[in-house]
Amino acid sequence: MGLHASPRVSRTGLFVLSGWGDGLFDSLTTRLGDVFDRLRKRGALSEADVTAALREVRVALLEADVALPVVKDFVNAVRDKAIGQDVVRSVSPGQMVIKIVHDHLIEVLGSEQVELSLASVPPVPILMVGLQGSGKTTTSAKIALRFKNRDKKKVLMASLDVHRPAAQEQLAILGRQTGVDTLPIVAGEKPLQIAERAMKVGRLEGYDVVMLDTAGRLHIDEALMMEVAAVRDLVKPHETLLVADAMTGQDAVTVGKAFNERIGLTGIVLTRIDGDARGGAALSMRAITGKPIKLLGVGEKLDAIETFHPDRIAGRILGMGDVVSLVEKAAETIDQEEAAKLAAKMEKGNFDLDDLAAQLRQLRKMGGMSGMLGMLPGIGKIKKQISEANIDDKVIKRQEAIISSMTKEERKNPKVLNGSRRRRIAQGSGTSVQDVNKLLKQHQDMATMMKKVQKLGKKGFMRQGLAGLMPGGGGNPFGR
Amino acid sequence: MSEGGGWLQRLKRGLGRSSAKLGEGITGIFNRRRLDDETLDELEELLIQADMGMAIADEVTGRLRKTRFGQEVSPEEVRGALAEVIVELIEPIAKPLKIDRALKPHVILVVGVNGSGKTTTIGKLAKQYRDAGLAVHLAAGDTFRAAAVEQLKIWADRTGCPITTRPTGADAAGLALDALSDAKATGADVLLIDTAGRLQNRTDLMAELQKVVRVLKKGDPKAPHSVLLVLDATVGQNAHAQAEIFRELVGVTGIVMTKLDGTARGGVLVSLAERYGIPVHAIGVGETAEDLRPFEATSFARSLVGLED
Repeated sequence: MGLHASPRVSRTGLFVLSGWGDGLFDSLTTRLGDVFDRLRKRGALSEADVTAALREVRVALLEADVALPVVKDFVNAVRDKAIGQDVVRSVSPGQMVIKIVHDHLIEVLGSEQVELSLASVPPVPILMVGLQGSGKTTTSAKIALRFKNRDKKKVLMASLDVHRPAAQEQLAILGRQTGVDTLPIVAGEKPLQIAERAMKVGRLEGYDVVMLDTAGRLHIDEALMMEVAAVRDLVKPHETLLVADAMTGQDAVTVGKAFNERIGLTGIVLTRIDGDARGGAALSMRAITGKPIKLLGVGEKLDAIETFHPDRIAGRILGMGDVVSLVEKAAETIDQEEAAKLAAKMEKGNFDLDDLAAQLRQLRKMGGMSGMLGMLPGIGKIKKQISEANIDDKVIKRQEAIISSMTKEERKNPKVLNGSRRRRIAQGSGTSVQDVNKLLKQHQDMATMMKKVQKLGKKGFMRQGLAGLMPGGGGNPFGR
Repeated sequence: MSEGGGWLQRLKRGLGRSSAKLGEGITGIFNRRRLDDETLDELEELLIQADMGMAIADEVTGRLRKTRFGQEVSPEEVRGALAEVIVELIEPIAKPLKIDRALKPHVILVVGVNGSGKTTTIGKLAKQYRDAGLAVHLAAGDTFRAAAVEQLKIWADRTGCPITTRPTGADAAGLALDALSDAKATGADVLLIDTAGRLQNRTDLMAELQKVVRVLKKGDPKAPHSVLLVLDATVGQNAHAQAEIFRELVGVTGIVMTKLDGTARGGVLVSLAERYGIPVHAIGVGETAEDLRPFEATSFARSLVGLED
């Protein structure tokens, strides 16, 4: 970011600008790298580690223009998730925190894409609202063109902007450029009359969609907010979209909240995402309105509009385009390490109870089943099943205790475990014979699966990760 | 919003919205408390919420820590101290745009990102200069955006200023040069040149803007005499990138901040002042031409922290 390099002493010499200058647009990766450089030890993330890391996360989010109240909620949620999380081998604590932050960011931004809905009686009214200069008119034309080309819809556009000079002409010109019809301009008509006429023409002339572009207005301008509320009441829009500039600063929460409360939004369109702003407004508006970001304006051309991808925005807000690959790489390394270990056991051709105990210890060290599985790619599906199966660290601990109560010989060769040995082991580990039996059954299942894995081949196993180990999707080797 | 009142009232009304929230916040923090770490943290947060940026907010509160830590401080004292720090920072950059009537015309190029309010600002400036008795010429240099030319034409009609236009899609640099010779021919005092909005990271569009500047020099080696960057107060920390890149590439000589009549507080001006020292000429606090006001350090700072003048 050579463009942003600047002296650390302020221009007037009034301040020494610590954490300013070069650091202003530093990525979170770098920031956290610094925090954790001193931190050599591995193990669970302590509260102190997490707090230090989250201080940097907070700064990164604020520099990305995420609004303060949203930053606070976000940081608190991440803190709850992060404290006590075990740091897995091959991943630095910083990367671990980044992954947690990144995952949570995507969660808040909305992990699923929500398309514009046209599922209503035609003509489907769509109302565009927003501050002055946010890009409503251009966005209206872009959406209309998208409906026309992608969905083969017959679209009518109408400008209700009687305030800005030539605003209606602007939409008419864009209509000609996109080949989308626009409502003929009648001089002196009021916004409500224009809306009424647009819907009427829409009905009579068989349009599928009527796009209503409104004048830019301040959310605190009572008269203009009432005007647009009246339009809403008249046309009952199927979609009401807030068009907002991706460069918006702290005010994003105020604007988002006011428009949502006064007009009732169904979604947000962020414009000028092709600029170099970090786009914190996306998080602010999503969090404060609870409404999905549906589309992104990505350029000046009229087809430059895209579906919202939370992962891209997340990486951008955190100041690291490479975060996804970074996290994936970390997860892949873990995957491979584990796989290699298991593969080695398999090569011995003998998966005994010592191996099972080692696996259980490993599991616990990695933050339990769900903690470890959370790090692995492609595991989402079975993760849910596992959490439903209610495995927790207690179960794992108990199973470890059972194995510890066995003699060396018993561990190497479980076949010798007769009834009296099982009773002894149950007593020694403070469990019941049924628990011992269950563990032995699990070991049996796992050994069977190991054979399956062997057939699958080492490479195939690596590719599938732990998922390849799970029998039939539903069961799991550690279930009760 | 268009109810009457002198310009001072308008300014107060516009900025008042910005400052009210900050003011309330400060009162809330300090009513019953001494200046401790927690209080300073909350104060810093209020400044951050005004888009002031982490670094300046940190430094300002750091100053208060040095001088007032542990003391019982009234809300007024804190606001006063805060305003003083801010005034100190922005006083040097509060400079009105001076029109040099000897230039005939004084060429003002207006630049900025899309939607920042360039055309509207030109309309307002044209009105004010006309009212002050200057001969103003307009150039509809936004030949990209649909109906941008028409928009400025309407302002030309309203203010009675001659305007040089070319159809949408025409070369903006050529138009600027035409406008300069038109303005010279009619003996205009001021030539206001509109440009298409462009994001500062679009190198192709920035090169186009550099071309406008280059070509203008064929008509007058000293032109443009002023390059105004129009900044939207709603924009957050990206204002830094805008100021930096526009300044570097087209030599911005002054800033106009628009849309301060909303709830955005434009605190980024403080860190901009500290960082680049580009003069701030005017702020927009409403829709009418009179709502484009000179930027005054003290009233801006005091309004920002919620103090009455």
